[in-house]
Amino acid sequence: MLLKELMDRVGLELVTTGVDIQGMEVKWAYTSDLLSDVMASAREGDLWLTIQRHLNIVAVAKLKDLAGVVLAKGISPSPEVASKAEEEGIPLFISQFPLFELSGKLYELLGGEDGP
Amino acid sequence: MERRELYYVVSKPGSFEEVGIVSTGMKAGLEKMGVEGSLVRRVAVICFEAEMNLVLYTTRGGNIRVVVDPERIDVFVQDDGPGMENVEKALQPGYSTAPMWIHELGFGAGMGLPNIKRNSDVFEIKSELGKGTFIHAVVFRRRDAA
Repeated sequence: MLLKELMDRVGLELVTTGVDIQGMEVKWAYTSDLLSDVMASAREGDLWLTIQRHLNIVAVAKLKDLAGVVLAKGISPSPEVASKAEEEGIPLFISQFPLFELSGKLYELLGGEDGP
Repeated sequence: MERRELYYVVSKPGSFEEVGIVSTGMKAGLEKMGVEGSLVRRVAVICFEAEMNLVLYTTRGGNIRVVVDPERIDVFVQDDGPGMENVEKALQPGYSTAPMWIHELGFGAGMGLPNIKRNSDVFEIKSELGKGTFIHAVVFRRRDAA
């Protein structure tokens, strides 16, 4: 699914408005708050759902070539995190839903049991 | 392609905000050299976990050296203390000596060394209490090189 379409359907707010997400695809997502767990198990092109909001999330997303990061529960990133994400070209979103509900919604939209 | 080398000193910063700077720089360097994407990601994981270990657990930081040649990528990580009491335990997934405040930042899951090992084709570690730790990780670029 196009990242833009997913964003509209789940009501994600794009924080990094300078990052062009047109044409970007997302196949699956990964939910975790442990950086090493994301390093171990997220796959290239995954959207990362988390409540972890410090600067290192940008590095992790960059290193794993993730499609973007969604901060759940309405958590807003600090200006440093937002500008770092912008600088690195990592789409950063805010969702008002808590992680469980957000994960559920994305799971359905991205194909559920038929997912990758 | 000739042999290329990337070298970074990881100093102990005042905050964790800086963790990731070395490994993202390393990743950009490898991409510029034209290293294959999936291998870049494996080396990136190795470097990130090594960088976190240097920042979180060493006395004064350390250094990371990445040597790229057509057959293989070698990562060398070196610090001068404090060294580990039990390397075998540190290699067990989930084993961690990190205090609570480190856990709350999303670190200290006990997955650092296991992640390095898992992404390496060859993995070597030596650690001596009071002296320091040395890690050598190899990622092969050609299957026949393995």
